[in-house]
Amino acid sequence: MKGLPYKIAGLLLILFSLTYGLWSEVPELPIVEQSIRNLFYHVSMWFAMVAMMAASFGNAIGFLSSENMVRDRRSISLAETGMFFSFMGLLTGMLWAKFTWGAWWTNDPKLNGTAITMLIYLAYFVLRNSIDDPRKRARISSVYNIFAFVMMIVFIGILPRMTDSLHPGNGGNPGFNSYDLDNRLRLVFYPAVLGWILVGTWIASLRYRIRNLEE
Amino acid sequence: MKKLIALIIAFSPIAVAAQNDSVMYGNEKMNVVIGVITIIFIGLGAYLFSLDRKIKKLEDEK
Repeated sequence: MKGLPYKIAGLLLILFSLTYGLWSEVPELPIVEQSIRNLFYHVSMWFAMVAMMAASFGNAIGFLSSENMVRDRRSISLAETGMFFSFMGLLTGMLWAKFTWGAWWTNDPKLNGTAITMLIYLAYFVLRNSIDDPRKRARISSVYNIFAFVMMIVFIGILPRMTDSLHPGNGGNPGFNSYDLDNRLRLVFYPAVLGWILVGTWIASLRYRIRNLEE
Repeated sequence: MKKLIALIIAFSPIAVAAQNDSVMYGNEKMNVVIGVITIIFIGLGAYLFSLDRKIKKLEDEK
């Protein structure tokens, strides 16, 4: 099997975060309490999503410069996987928000920005399905993908940092780093992010290979 | 057969731990939950591998 080491590494890293993430000692924080462990699971979904969308964006640019259909198939497969991660991130975030901020949905700029981002990407899938000619579809959707990625960075990376936000590290709130400087949290969080990115890449590659078979 | 052996090897640490009462009853039985999560996740990983193999077979046929 091609890429066996990274597939196994990804699974083991996630497994580590699932098990050690529950065993490990976490800082005692008000309000969030034990739910700080969601950092390992909820936040890593978003990191994986951004990584998938960035790779999709890279392949969209690759398609536009090479006109190679392989790049287009990679681009859409990665975007689909990224969309999956964003739905998981949204649902887990809503549950977490309910029991720490007190509501399933708040008018936090990061939440609304994420909702807009997801709609932009949903429009990307609709756009693709509305064009029959494969080359034309690839070209138009690659251009749109560049727009969507830039909008994602603006809506979830920049705007929430410029206004008040409930999310740590945004709008004058301190980031997680400054709470309790948590090497204990980092020890689980970084492997979780890396693991989900590796497994996300794997899932995207499966989708890409199915697409190749369909051609 | 190979798959079966791989699965047995993957699950054996849990089986060994489950024989040991002080491990499974310890930590307010949290370890039982961790064991359940581990089993589900290993199953999910095995499923991904089997999908990968099926696609490989289709690619070889093409």
